[in-house]
Amino acid sequence: MNAKTPNNVREVRFDEFSSSGSLIKAAEQAHKRNYKDFLIVDVDSHHYESESYGEIFKFIESPVIRRQALESASRGGRSSMLGGSVGYQDIGGRITRHWLRKHEKTEGPQHRDITTTLRWMDAMGVDYACLFPTPMLFLGTHPQVEIEVAMARAYNRWLCDTVLEHEPRIISMLYLPFNDPEATYQMVKDFGHRKGVKGFMVTAPRYKPVHDNAYMKTYRLLEEMGLPISFHAAYNWNDQSLQLTNRFIAVHALGFMWFNMVHMTNWVVNGIPERFPKLKVMWIESGLTWAYSLMQRLDHSYKMRTSDCPSLKRKPSEYMREMYFSSQPMELPDDPSILEATFKMINAETQLVWSSDYPHWDFDLPGVIYDLPFLNEQSKRNILGGNAAKLFNLDPKPVKNIPPVGSFK
Amino acid sequence: MEIFVAKKSDFKASDRRIVQSERGEIGVFHHEGAFYAYSNTCLHSGGPACEGLLMPKVVDIIAEDRTYKGQEFDESETHFVCPWHGWEYDIKTGQSIGDRRQFLRKYEVVERGDDVFVIA
Repeated sequence: MNAKTPNNVREVRFDEFSSSGSLIKAAEQAHKRNYKDFLIVDVDSHHYESESYGEIFKFIESPVIRRQALESASRGGRSSMLGGSVGYQDIGGRITRHWLRKHEKTEGPQHRDITTTLRWMDAMGVDYACLFPTPMLFLGTHPQVEIEVAMARAYNRWLCDTVLEHEPRIISMLYLPFNDPEATYQMVKDFGHRKGVKGFMVTAPRYKPVHDNAYMKTYRLLEEMGLPISFHAAYNWNDQSLQLTNRFIAVHALGFMWFNMVHMTNWVVNGIPERFPKLKVMWIESGLTWAYSLMQRLDHSYKMRTSDCPSLKRKPSEYMREMYFSSQPMELPDDPSILEATFKMINAETQLVWSSDYPHWDFDLPGVIYDLPFLNEQSKRNILGGNAAKLFNLDPKPVKNIPPVGSFK
Repeated sequence: MEIFVAKKSDFKASDRRIVQSERGEIGVFHHEGAFYAYSNTCLHSGGPACEGLLMPKVVDIIAEDRTYKGQEFDESETHFVCPWHGWEYDIKTGQSIGDRRQFLRKYEVVERGDDVFVIA
């Protein structure tokens, strides 16, 4: 290599950003692993809907709540109608994309969120991405049920009209305002047939049990429509037990498992899988170890306390093994045999679906699956896209466009 | 192979350059009067390890009676942070702070007059 070749040296800038450029090493991985040859579906990714609140609030149906939302949003810095969550996901600014993203330039008529989403999808080698909101993951603990309903309907209508109608590679499982069972049912009826809607999502931090009779007609409707229901994990630092934690790492590690463990347990011991045997269920962003541990725990107790859950005809783990699990954040223990056992326990070859969680702080690349030593090529492809394609009824033909990375930036 | 990085006079303190080599990208740091160079590929998931923030080590303040008194920055130990997920590395050794058995590949830096080179 010649000395003093300017093209071989670059500076690091903190006043510019592009999703493609920041993920150029992901694109290198995508090329090396030939992701162009097979389908990759990301079942859990995000955008920051709060950056589009000005647009979304206009879709709020109640004129009174709409005015409250628009007025509270126009005066930043004070308390807002939606509130917020305590937390510092960007690790004190160390996850630089969180604050650099404001510099990302987009052009053309399509919505900025479509442009930036397609950029990171192509860089990673993703064909289809299931897009979820970010601050709204905490809306299930809002003290005003009617605000959750109003925002859910406004967001879902905005997402369908502005994003899903225009970009077939972006899909979603729409937010359910679960604190209002009637509004939850109506949401499925009103939006279940919209383009790009592949199911519905319940944010996990909330305090209504999933086995409440009020939800049965929604589960039946979803089962009839062939649409999956998912439970997306998050934390609630105001939860009484999680208030015992004093570091974000603690509330995040526990919180993202805790609420899904409660909902899963209630779901199984109340025999919901027996009542709705064709309803597909997905558990999102709790990692994998919780499922392995809960299966053993419930099976152990079930053999002694079958009378507590007489609806069950099989052990709890057998129902759980028929559900879907998103992979991120995939724990990577030093000993891969532990992960291999977890994969066997959850029937990963058919039930595990890869997810990135991008652009959140602990996102995963497809390599977390593709580089595993104990999976064969077909299993890797199932987990990275094949399983999700069946679940969401997607065309298995790859449509991604991985950017070239040969030239040094 | 020597690869020219920059003129020392153009390479400010706390600044860095990313250099392309046949072994992949190398991050060269100018820190407290010395130069350090490491592979720009994070040991975690292959992110641009040398392209994030420089941050002092964070320490818990534990008093003589073992009670917790808060946190502070230890300015004597600087970390560079992979911007993808926050993995931190000691700028003087390349040691991974989260798993101290692991080190980024280190490269030698030589100064010749006003020119800075990395050996790769």
